[in-house]
Amino acid sequence: MELLLWLIPLLPLAGFLVLAVAGARLPKAGVAVVGAGSVGLAALTAALLAALFYNAGSDPVIARLGPWFRAGDLSADFTLYLDQLAVIMTLVITGVGFLIHAFSTEFMADEADYRRYFAYLNLFVAAMLMLVLADNLVLLFLGWEGVGLCSYLLIGYWHRDPANGYAARKAFVVTRIGDVALLLGLFLLFVELGEFSIQPLLAGAPLYFESGAARMELIAFLILGGAVGKSAQLPLQVWLPDAMAGPSPVSALIHAATMVTAGVYLIARLHPLFELAPVAQMMVALVGLATLLVAAWAALSQRDIKRILAYSTISQIGYMFLALGVGAWGAAIFHLVTHAFFKALLFLGAGRVIEHMHHEHDIFRMGGLRRVMPFTFGVFLAGAASLAAVPWLTAGFYSKDQILLAAAGAPELGTLLFAGGVIGALMTAFYSFRLVFTVFFGEPVTQEREHAGWRIQAPLALLGVLSIAGGLIPLPLEQVFPDHHASHALGLVLLAAGVALAGIALAWWTHGRRRPTGETANWPLWRRGLDRWQASGLGFDAVYGVLVETPFNTTARALRGEIVDRAVALVIAVNQGLNALTARLQNGRIRHYALGVVLGVLALLIPVVWL
Amino acid sequence: MTTIPLEHALMLAAILFALGVAGVLMRRNIVFVLMSLEIVLNATGLAFVAAGMRWGEPDGQVMFVFVLTLAAAEVTVALALMLQAVKHYGTLDLDILRRMRN
Repeated sequence: MELLLWLIPLLPLAGFLVLAVAGARLPKAGVAVVGAGSVGLAALTAALLAALFYNAGSDPVIARLGPWFRAGDLSADFTLYLDQLAVIMTLVITGVGFLIHAFSTEFMADEADYRRYFAYLNLFVAAMLMLVLADNLVLLFLGWEGVGLCSYLLIGYWHRDPANGYAARKAFVVTRIGDVALLLGLFLLFVELGEFSIQPLLAGAPLYFESGAARMELIAFLILGGAVGKSAQLPLQVWLPDAMAGPSPVSALIHAATMVTAGVYLIARLHPLFELAPVAQMMVALVGLATLLVAAWAALSQRDIKRILAYSTISQIGYMFLALGVGAWGAAIFHLVTHAFFKALLFLGAGRVIEHMHHEHDIFRMGGLRRVMPFTFGVFLAGAASLAAVPWLTAGFYSKDQILLAAAGAPELGTLLFAGGVIGALMTAFYSFRLVFTVFFGEPVTQEREHAGWRIQAPLALLGVLSIAGGLIPLPLEQVFPDHHASHALGLVLLAAGVALAGIALAWWTHGRRRPTGETANWPLWRRGLDRWQASGLGFDAVYGVLVETPFNTTARALRGEIVDRAVALVIAVNQGLNALTARLQNGRIRHYALGVVLGVLALLIPVVWL
Repeated sequence: MTTIPLEHALMLAAILFALGVAGVLMRRNIVFVLMSLEIVLNATGLAFVAAGMRWGEPDGQVMFVFVLTLAAAEVTVALALMLQAVKHYGTLDLDILRRMRN
């Protein structure tokens, strides 16, 4: 089992190495086989390992490969740790990852840089697996930074357009702010407990810290900072909408299904620390609540199909944070899994739509695609229904329901959290079906019918099935998380169900029955202003521009005159002057040299003789 | 046999030394500079011999032999350089030979 465990991250890594080193000599089909095959094999290995794991009674598996580095008391080894949480994460990453790889082999077939795409994608899967399987926090951080790097590389995949490079740098820099917080948190944890290995750390923390100790709260806040950056939560959510500059399958894999949920995984993995830090945990819930409302509100006015989905991703991860904040760890992971299914499906479907519309992103220039893209419409509808949490039918309903019930049962602020979540659910249902009705209903804007090979259809169909039935998959987590007693009031369930249906009905009323053109010119001023405010993601970019970018650029411009360099330049000038002075002594007049010798001797002798 | 007092010998050596140094500094012709250098070396040799006499030690004369060898070697190299200088530049004037620097 140890060997199998190691194979899982090493297979995609090997795929990356093969593509990076020998990929230039491979034909396109070969690249596809290596790229998708390595992840497919990893998925098979993960499935086999999961079967063995559950048969063996879900006991954690530890696989040591060797030491990484040691310095003083600090030791970090290449050791993997598989428990119930890691099994689920591994299955999702390799499974959804493989489907997206398979989809990409056909979807990206016209790309000239096919090999680079698959190399990055494989490296990403390897890093993500390292993140979730790591036994110690140092290895986890390696994966954490690895996925950040791949995210940067893939957002800027079409690097000839400077805007994509800007989006990539923005994503990297903003997440880095969180990463620094996380790193500080890890250092503090090491200083206090002298341990980086996760399991001893989690076991030792309750003995060392009292609940609510100031140092513990600080550590939890710093870890939350890292999670907020990676998972695009308030106030660091600004990078994710711009990250849509990358190819659609990248958005599906990295910016919806896996990497952005790394923050959720991190907090769930370190949940005993948050249980010791009630203030920080409350903060997790509040961050989640604020994010889910802000992002859903911003999604209502987006016109770019991928940006709608991006804001929706931010909002759905907000739900996961809400669940983490109220201690419903299992519900958060449940929603992470179902979200991975339906959001990957929605992004892949959006990619199909955009391709079909010849790279048109504006949903108001689409319409009637239901008739020309029946297959894509079918699976997209399944994904959107799951996102909107259509009651009792879809996976998204069950996971979101768990979160809402857990929020309602929270000991503090329960009503507020539940109400916020319900309002968010209403907006979610509205914007997802606003998208569906605008894009797929109405008069067809094109008569061109869709063509899709099996490598596109099979992954979409599978994800569609999972989006609907994924809620039935049991996710045993009882060995990792403590029991959580959620409210089971039928009234609350009915309220959540009704809200989802109401949102869809509202979307039908405004965007299905009528066909808004997206034209805003004849709107009243307040409505246009509101629309622009929402479309800009509530102006966070503008605020950060004033608070961060402008001072930074001003300082940079001031320093371009090399104020600091002048001190150094002075040293250089003085030395050059001295050099010029002494160089003039070397004039080639040999008798001057001789005179110099004589004068030197006299200068030495005179004091000796007369003094 | 009357002995020459040490002071006299050293005085003579000092005068010779000063003459030699003055020659090195003032002459422009390499031949004269070399001759002046010989005078300087011989002045030191005289000082060694005189000092050796004074303390009744043979070391002073041994040193003089070394000085002679050194002078011979120095003159050999210097004369060879001088011949080359004449061949290439057609002059023995040190101030004109400055051109070698560039």
